[in-house]
Amino acid sequence: MTEACRKKSNRRVAGWLSLWVVGMFGFGYALVPLYDIFCEITGLNGKSATLSEVSAKPLKIDRSRTVTVEFAVNVSGIPWQVDRPETVRLKVHPGEAMTVTYAAHSLTDTLSAGQAVPSVSPARAARHFRKTECFCFTRQELAPRESKIMPVTFVVDPALPEEVKTITLSYAVYPAKDIEPANS
Amino acid sequence: MTTTVADHHHDEVPKGITRWLFTTNHKDIGTLYLWFSFIMFLVGGAMALVIRAELFQPGLQVVDPHFYNQMVTVHALIMIFGAIMPGFVGFANWMIPMMIGAPDMALPRMNNWSFWLLPFATSLLILSLFVPGGGPAAGWTIYPPLSVQGGMGVDLTIFTIHILGMSSILGAINIIATIMNMRAPGMTLMKMPLFIWTWVITAFLLIAAMPVLAGAVTMLLTDRHFGTAFFDPAGGGDPVMFQHIFWFFGHPEVYILILPAFGIISQVIPTFARKPLFGYTSMVFATAGIAFLSFIVWAHHMYTVGMPLSGELFFMYSTMLIAIPTGVKIFNWMATMWRGSMTFETPMLYAIATVALFTVGGLTGLMMAITPADFQYHDTYFIVAHFHYVIFCGSVLGMFAGVYYWLPKWTGHMYDETLGKWHFWLTIIAFNVTFFPQHFLGFAGMPRRIPDYSLQFAEFNVISSIGGFVLGFSQLILLVVVLKAIRGGKKASAEVWENPEGLEWTVPSPAPYHTFATAPEVK
Repeated sequence: MTEACRKKSNRRVAGWLSLWVVGMFGFGYALVPLYDIFCEITGLNGKSATLSEVSAKPLKIDRSRTVTVEFAVNVSGIPWQVDRPETVRLKVHPGEAMTVTYAAHSLTDTLSAGQAVPSVSPARAARHFRKTECFCFTRQELAPRESKIMPVTFVVDPALPEEVKTITLSYAVYPAKDIEPANS
Repeated sequence: MTTTVADHHHDEVPKGITRWLFTTNHKDIGTLYLWFSFIMFLVGGAMALVIRAELFQPGLQVVDPHFYNQMVTVHALIMIFGAIMPGFVGFANWMIPMMIGAPDMALPRMNNWSFWLLPFATSLLILSLFVPGGGPAAGWTIYPPLSVQGGMGVDLTIFTIHILGMSSILGAINIIATIMNMRAPGMTLMKMPLFIWTWVITAFLLIAAMPVLAGAVTMLLTDRHFGTAFFDPAGGGDPVMFQHIFWFFGHPEVYILILPAFGIISQVIPTFARKPLFGYTSMVFATAGIAFLSFIVWAHHMYTVGMPLSGELFFMYSTMLIAIPTGVKIFNWMATMWRGSMTFETPMLYAIATVALFTVGGLTGLMMAITPADFQYHDTYFIVAHFHYVIFCGSVLGMFAGVYYWLPKWTGHMYDETLGKWHFWLTIIAFNVTFFPQHFLGFAGMPRRIPDYSLQFAEFNVISSIGGFVLGFSQLILLVVVLKAIRGGKKASAEVWENPEGLEWTVPSPAPYHTFATAPEVK
């Protein structure tokens, strides 16, 4: 191989490899939506807990089973007090729609807005826990010192795996920056 | 090589500081890399001694906890990105052209640049210790949310990682181009020395993994300052996402740290066993197999984040699969030594120690691959013991083997064998005194990255700290050995050892400034 030819070939190899480097950098970013899609399909990580789907036909109520649903909430970075429902532990039959209410109190003298991010555990129950109405679908605004009742209506899908006896629905309430509510 | 034959003065070596600043000579750049690596090894080692001093007794006595956390973090970053990776690139620069019969690296100017990025990058990292809020203190894995909360030091660390990543990517591109295009006529792929094979595979790993890390830390940076929410649940992100992306880089990274060492000892063992390497082809395929598997095992670093059972099983089995190609390599090294006429000069001692002690680390790795068992080991000193057995005993001892093996070729003088043996035995004994007790501490439940511990861990920590200080100061012997060999000593012949294999032994010692200006013929 002549010197010039070799140089050209070196440059070509370096060029291809640089392209690959750029591609892998992009792949790192692509992992973020890829994981989200993966979790949504499989229901891992409690991700589909945020799906706001309403089933077309009402689910058949399975009276033979009882599932305990527990409610939790914690507040981070916003001067609110959020109370969980009075019934902290609720026994429901799969397929039956239930409504519980959380209560938010603003502790500040200015207008404030918060966003609740739900999560369901155990993770494999996540995609069987359907919220038909939820204060987490939109951001919540509270006037100074305002208190607000925040309802959530849910149905536990009868397809829930047999071994799941207890489901925990937990909200984390954050200050709403001007961001879309989490729905992925 | 840009010069023409007419103005080519073979042995004329440029003088002064500009020789080192502007050099495009692979041997000069290799030397720079190796010295840089050694200095960083001492700096990172000093930080380890701060850690061991604090852990000498229960309670807080030497440093405050925040500084302790910074030491833990920066020690790891310096050792991984400042000492081991540049060290191996130094070997690559010195040895690859000489082993494949090339006059220089394929892209000499880029080579200069990829070295000179390093001092700036590590200065930024060390500078971070002195800014308000201190350096990074979230561990070298810089998991959010802790790393999102840290001060300006974290930003400096992120830039450091960017620059270091750039440097190693450029180095990797150069190495691949050199190996693909610059081999001497007749040097077919399956005739390449194993060190070349391991490096070309490492270079591909670097190109595939480092950009992903660069992406992950860029996401951290934008989360910290530009309002994105990749890892912030408040904006719909997820901190566990960082762990997934980080370890997609992180696991290939550990093979980036170890494969070149496998290459070095695959050169050393045949020389001192006076037998050709056993199972050359299987070595090549085992290395490639390890490299491939490294991309599908990342979540074994994060079994406890709450993965579904199927995920844990997948990562458990894929992790255990790695034991097979690694076992092939260990077997081949032992088979190479089997019935060889072995002698035990320092490089051979280091190579044998690498095989033996790396296997200890490999076995503890298998223990941790078992998901239910890992729930007990996770984030304990058992992990610390494990990765020091693989990284120190694999990468660093492998590098020591290489230094002693090729030092006569680099300097033209034999090193001091007595001092070399002292260095070896002190290092090996002190290493085991330091890290073997940490297995027991981990089993007993001592968590890592915590400056204080409960009283029942006191005895083993005393032993470990004493070992740590001996280990640290023993490394100064290596400095003495290298300086002595540079200044003089017994003249080394071209072959140095008894009938060693490889083109590097066909050039005189010390290797002239320019070698293989006309390509050698490989039979």
